[in-house]
Amino acid sequence: MPGVAKGEVLTTSQPISFWGEVDPASGHINDPRHELFNRSVAGKVLVFPFGKGSSTGSLIILELARVGKAPAAIVNVRTEPILATGPIVCKHFYAREIPIITLDETSFRMLRTGQQVTVNATERVVIIHS
Amino acid sequence: MRLTDEEKRILDGQQGGAAQMALAVLVDLGELFGAEELIKVAQVHIDATLYMVDAGLEFAERMAALGGEVGVPTSLNPSAIDLRQWEAYRVPPEILTKHKRLEAAYLKMRAMPTWTCAPYQNGIIPRFGQQIAWGESNAIAFANSIIGARTNRYADLMDICAAIIGKVPKFGLHLAENRKATILIRLKGISAQMFANGAIYPLLGYLLGEMAGDQVAAITGIPPDAKIDSLKGFCAAAASSGAVGLFHMVGITPEAQTLEMCLHQSKPQSVFDITPKLIKKAEDRLWTVKGDAVDLIVSGCPHYSPAEFIQLVKRIKGKKVHSALVFWAFTNRSVYAWIKNNGILKDLTDAGVMVFTDGCPLQYPKETWHFKAAMTDSAKFANYCFSQRGLDAAYGSLEDCVETAVRGKICGRESLWRKK
Repeated sequence: MPGVAKGEVLTTSQPISFWGEVDPASGHINDPRHELFNRSVAGKVLVFPFGKGSSTGSLIILELARVGKAPAAIVNVRTEPILATGPIVCKHFYAREIPIITLDETSFRMLRTGQQVTVNATERVVIIHS
Repeated sequence: MRLTDEEKRILDGQQGGAAQMALAVLVDLGELFGAEELIKVAQVHIDATLYMVDAGLEFAERMAALGGEVGVPTSLNPSAIDLRQWEAYRVPPEILTKHKRLEAAYLKMRAMPTWTCAPYQNGIIPRFGQQIAWGESNAIAFANSIIGARTNRYADLMDICAAIIGKVPKFGLHLAENRKATILIRLKGISAQMFANGAIYPLLGYLLGEMAGDQVAAITGIPPDAKIDSLKGFCAAAASSGAVGLFHMVGITPEAQTLEMCLHQSKPQSVFDITPKLIKKAEDRLWTVKGDAVDLIVSGCPHYSPAEFIQLVKRIKGKKVHSALVFWAFTNRSVYAWIKNNGILKDLTDAGVMVFTDGCPLQYPKETWHFKAAMTDSAKFANYCFSQRGLDAAYGSLEDCVETAVRGKICGRESLWRKK
């Protein structure tokens, strides 16, 4: 998904299922089994290897955008169609861009929670500011 | 992506706002996954039918208001509730209103009000080799693996777009080369008698999903005379424990009459064996109830077929569901009409079984029912009921569920794979 977004990195080595693991009202990870439990994805550059789980995940991302709690951008190693559907529909339905970019594992591991970054999915680069 | 002149006109808005938005979404998906063109689909099954968040309702209502109408025969997955017997299902009024709005939007778009998660058993049924676009994980696995139709795992909202346009980007499981099995799963030490217990099939599916993840697996050793409802339970379980869109059941899947056929003449990248011990462990992972008390029995996840109702009524007719618990069976409107017509429904109702249509037992109104633990013949329900409803689960065959219902405490667990 093309687009440019700036924000603070929130990273995990675990996959995320937006349905069942992210609270659609607050953007908090609400599954105690997840290492990001109680952290909010709202406004973050959310870095996780790949999406998993139900095909309803797309709907949760759209709802997060509706209530202003969506991530600013998504960085993956592998993006599957169910995850991509949320940001695609967001762009056309709420005119709101959530860029998604895939990185190789080495670059992916350079991203750490708390870094300020710019994700430029159109040019396919991530710039680490601090 | 290469677009036809007609598709370009749709993107320009010449066929209305709904088609314009739907196609723009499909084109973005295609561009992202390297599709070169769109292909026609024969039918669509929409998963985004269950009111969960307002964004989904807004999307369906906007598409309907913009004049969106399905371009190909389209069936609908369950609502969260029984849209006709909502009082008996104790649906709070504010939730009912939102479901009714969602229903109105889909009916305006001329989708068929099938409200079922087993659209492959009656309704708009695809055939072998047909390109289709389906949502609902169990139905996707069934369509690809048992019928041999071709669909990707379509997400909510993408399914609505595919229904309006009648096309999807050509990528993933629509292409023969991506349907090749890369994992082989073999059954070891599973006797013919073990297959006489219907509870084995969902457990095997559950294990396949864990082993396969998002890869295409081939499984050997499933009896060729397995009942269609056993395969349904297998698919539902596999798609709940893994991101399984397609597996090959050798001798059953049309594309896998032999192992070589589905491996496309190459060697599997990895091989797993399923043993009775692994089946027992899978059952133990699903089983979270401590002690022998349950207050709910759930059957019909996925929705029950006529054959399953015949089995149920044979076992429960003349008996009575214990006052300590509630027995639910879910199905679609067609099957409900049939069992009402031939008297099965009356026998079930007399025994204390509540039969619902349209709804999903994983989304029952928690505000008005206060269950603590459920027993079910569905491994999918057992797998999700804690994360969805906070319910502990016990799992068993239909016979075990009926016995439990009548005696008011958990019975069963005497299956052959539990014996040393």
